Amino acid sequence: MQEIIKNYVTKEYVEDDTELTYDTPLISGGIVDSFSMVSLKRFLENKYSISIPDDKATPEAFDSVNKICVLVREYVK
Amino acid sequence: MAYNEKTRGMYSDILSGLKSAGLFKQERYIHSAQAADIEVEFPAGAAIKKVINICANNYLGMSSHPEVVKAAHAGLDSHGYGMSSVRFICGTQDIHRTLEQMVTKFLGTEDTILFPSCMDANAGVFEAVLTKDDVMISDRLVHASIIDGIRLCSAMHDTFKHSDMEHLEEKLQLHNDKRLKMVITDGVFSMDGDTAKLDMMAELCEKYDALLFVDESHSSGFIGKTGRGTHEQCGVMGKIDIITTTFGKGLGGASGGCVSGRKELVEMCRQKARPYLFSNTIAPPVVAGVIKVLEILSASTDRRDKLEKNTEFWRKGLIEAGLIIKAGDTPIVPVMLFNAKLAQDVSRDLYDEGIYAIGFFFPVVPQGQARIRTQISAGHEIHHLEKALEAFRKVGKKHDILGKTKQEIIERYGM
Ligand SMILES: Cc1ncc(COP(=O)(O)O)c(C=O)c1O
Repeated sequence: MQEIIKNYVTKEYVEDDTELTYDTPLISGGIVDSFSMVSLKRFLENKYSISIPDDKATPEAFDSVNKICVLVREYVK
Repeated sequence: MAYNEKTRGMYSDILSGLKSAGLFKQERYIHSAQAADIEVEFPAGAAIKKVINICANNYLGMSSHPEVVKAAHAGLDSHGYGMSSVRFICGTQDIHRTLEQMVTKFLGTEDTILFPSCMDANAGVFEAVLTKDDVMISDRLVHASIIDGIRLCSAMHDTFKHSDMEHLEEKLQLHNDKRLKMVITDGVFSMDGDTAKLDMMAELCEKYDALLFVDESHSSGFIGKTGRGTHEQCGVMGKIDIITTTFGKGLGGASGGCVSGRKELVEMCRQKARPYLFSNTIAPPVVAGVIKVLEILSASTDRRDKLEKNTEFWRKGLIEAGLIIKAGDTPIVPVMLFNAKLAQDVSRDLYDEGIYAIGFFFPVVPQGQARIRTQISAGHEIHHLEKALEAFRKVGKKHDILGKTKQEIIERYGM
């Protein structure tokens, strides 16, 4: 899951040759702007057939690949 | 609590922070009308200097065109100075409706509504026509006023990489379950001077049943064979659902903006857009001026043709001088310097040579992409451009950037 999410974030948001790690700060690090979190949330929901409530989809919860994995696991049955 | 010393200190600190970060903006006082030749006081208190302006949005040289000035005088005499009311109470004159109809015809749309500015048009339009069941999919480089409008709207928001049609298509697929999808772009992008792929975007919007929104502020009046805008150049007139544009650039340069497009969407703005409902519209003399501008531009393409020739001359001249410019064919021509300090130094040296052009750097443009943005006008004569090229060659030589690659400039000056 980590690798899938990392690849998605790289393809979607990284426009130069920055290498992401699972802990790179995405939102606080300015890689994903809070506007664009929407597509990340939708990607995760479609990919893992889950529904993440809006109040759980916070900039903090989306701030690294590892944090996103924690969030997603909460909703995957 | 009053405005006490602690509060004052807090703001002083923030402002000093901006200064030390090199982000503090300073105005330059112009003592003449806006034109190719202007008289500038900079810094404040300095002697007035005659310079050639190559950084105005005065694309068609209309800002002090004698016929436009005369028409504004006549409008002032016949319709007064102001309306002291918003449109729907007692702030609409015959000339407001006349101008709306003329814009509709000029842009080839169904209807038009005026706004106090294009900033206001962009701030009000999304909220007026979309709801939380909809999605807005915007290019990542759209103008700040569009971003503000998007923020004010409850619809979901997503972005696509700048001018990347594959990415846009993915986003249209991703959001296919929404009631309405609206694709949002600038026609000509103001920082890079590149043009949206409106033909491909219109096709994608048709395929995925999406609405198409274009901000034509930097195209209306001169892009396309008869100057109608990017939609004319891309062969998609009549296919754009919403166009916003300004009267503060090519179309006269004073102020005002509009939303033009499908008549139901325009009517939604008349019923619901807050900057239209709660702010006075364009003042009568300005309306009379814009009407004259549209008459002039509809009668002849001379001005946009001259702008096209000037632009070709300018782009070719800069390339021959050995400078790096962003590719394109619009009158927005960024001279790339990459380093913020270098951009500021070159701007200052150009000013000493009698050329007024401004450096842009982070956060206005991405880090490492500092530049001097030059903007060409039909108000320029070839002798203006020759003098400006001469100055660029001289200043470029001083900083040893002529004929250098991006890599070489970055190695020498840093990003
Ligand atoms: C693309 C774009 N849209 C809108 C605006 C705002 O125009 P106005 O001055 O009419 O508010 C600008 C002006 O900077 C612009 O560049």
